[in-house]
Amino acid sequence: MPANFDALANAIEQSEKDLLSRWIAALTAVGATRSGQTSDKDLKDACGRFLKELRRALQNGASEDIASEQWQDARDVLEEISAARALRGYSPVETALFVFSLKEPLFDLLRQTLAREKHMADVLVASGALLDRLGLFTTEVYQKSREEVIKRQQDELLELSTPVIQLWDKILALPLIGTLDSARTQIVMENLLQTIVDAGAEIAIIDITGVPAVDTLVAQHLIKTVAAARLMGADCIISGIRPQIAQTIVHLGLDLQVVSKATMADALSLALKKTGQKVERLAARG
Amino acid sequence: MDKIPILKVGKCLLVTIQIDMHDRLAMALQDDLTNAIVTSRAKGVLIDVSALEIVDSFIGRMLSNIASASRVLDAVTIVVGMRPHVAITLVELGVQLSGIQTARNVDKGLETISRLIEQSESTDAYGDD
Amino acid sequence: MLTETIETVPIRSSEDIVRVRQKVRFQAGAMGMSLIDQTKFITAASEIARNTFEYGGGGELVMETLRDGARRGLRLTFLDEGPGIADIEQAMRDHFTTGGGLGLGLGGAKRLVNEFDIESRPGEGTRISLIRWK
Repeated sequence: MPANFDALANAIEQSEKDLLSRWIAALTAVGATRSGQTSDKDLKDACGRFLKELRRALQNGASEDIASEQWQDARDVLEEISAARALRGYSPVETALFVFSLKEPLFDLLRQTLAREKHMADVLVASGALLDRLGLFTTEVYQKSREEVIKRQQDELLELSTPVIQLWDKILALPLIGTLDSARTQIVMENLLQTIVDAGAEIAIIDITGVPAVDTLVAQHLIKTVAAARLMGADCIISGIRPQIAQTIVHLGLDLQVVSKATMADALSLALKKTGQKVERLAARG
Repeated sequence: MDKIPILKVGKCLLVTIQIDMHDRLAMALQDDLTNAIVTSRAKGVLIDVSALEIVDSFIGRMLSNIASASRVLDAVTIVVGMRPHVAITLVELGVQLSGIQTARNVDKGLETISRLIEQSESTDAYGDD
Repeated sequence: MLTETIETVPIRSSEDIVRVRQKVRFQAGAMGMSLIDQTKFITAASEIARNTFEYGGGGELVMETLRDGARRGLRLTFLDEGPGIADIEQAMRDHFTTGGGLGLGLGGAKRLVNEFDIESRPGEGTRISLIRWK
């Protein structure tokens, strides 16, 4: 096996420049550069670095096991390239093509240099298998990077979707909109409780008009939030419980043990009363 | 052994827990407070937990016990300043502290406590008629 | 999964339970756990440490850092050679207590961590491990 890679390493070393330009041409031909998304210079730079690390790994006697120590630098280059492509919105195919496009020019080169050698076929097979592994490695990294992007977007969305509003002096409102899952409800809960401290609030109105469904878990989260707020010395009022949700709650046999009001307006008027505040119509306007 | 100081302010006993208490210290505080309610004829107990980073079931039980004992001795107990992460953890742990009054901070707590004392005194006065 | 033992903390007195809380706080903080996760983990550790001290007749805590791919976590293993627990299922239930407590220790601690594992045999002691992932 190492003998096959020696031949490969020698071939790359002898015509590295030529191979590089053919590889870039191949990449451009299959559209893997995504018309301008990656500049020619960046592409050339990336290809050049990978080719160099590929050659060095082979010269250091690396085996076909690309997880081994000798492949570290080459893997680093591929990781960087795949991650960058994942962030820029390349497809997995476009990312994998980075390595796979090297096959054709490399095989051409091997055919020329090893034309009279008996083991040419072996070298070609071994090289093909190696490039397949490296190509799959890029898709794996790509996948991981995409997952990170999705995770980060989810986190951002979670923060965006749970605004706590200062409605009045000492009164906060938390309008919940959309489906509540465990992760989101937990963030909502922490966010609300922290804001109660920061704003010195006494009452928080949790409005669930925009929540399409309430299951046992969500109801439990709501109950926990109310209980935690109470421990901190603040009261909660739940408003906007729609008829279907009220029925679900009864059907699930849940006892919310919470003050609830039909609308946010009702909840606000109760909150004002509880905090000793009043809103009046100006007499002169009548 | 350390001791948690108990201050008397008007008709109220004021306790600020500022250290991570070990269990014997918590038990000692419970005893000291119950004794102090009797000797000082206090009508209210205010416990400030705003400096506490955690409240586990043991401290939770201590707070409940203090509240129950003071109720028997005709005093109201109020716990103030619990921080959000402590409150969430307690709820998750299953500690409800039902029967304990709470308030956001010492100011609000004193306000609530004097209102409660007034209420109980006026019902007493009504009962005397 | 890679594990690395950080230190072993003896649990012989009620002051040691406070020390357990402080050590766990330090490690959880160093790992960058959020305040709420730290608090949950420290509280769970406090419950189990008390269990080790009160019912296990004392023992020790072994703290380990875990690394599983990109995930990092903290594992606390509480060991004692006390009387052991005959009926684990019953002991895990809320409001079950043999002492004078609220009986929320084991079940409550389980709700505060990501992974909870208990092994116990009457007469041979108890081993409880808690894991919180970052």
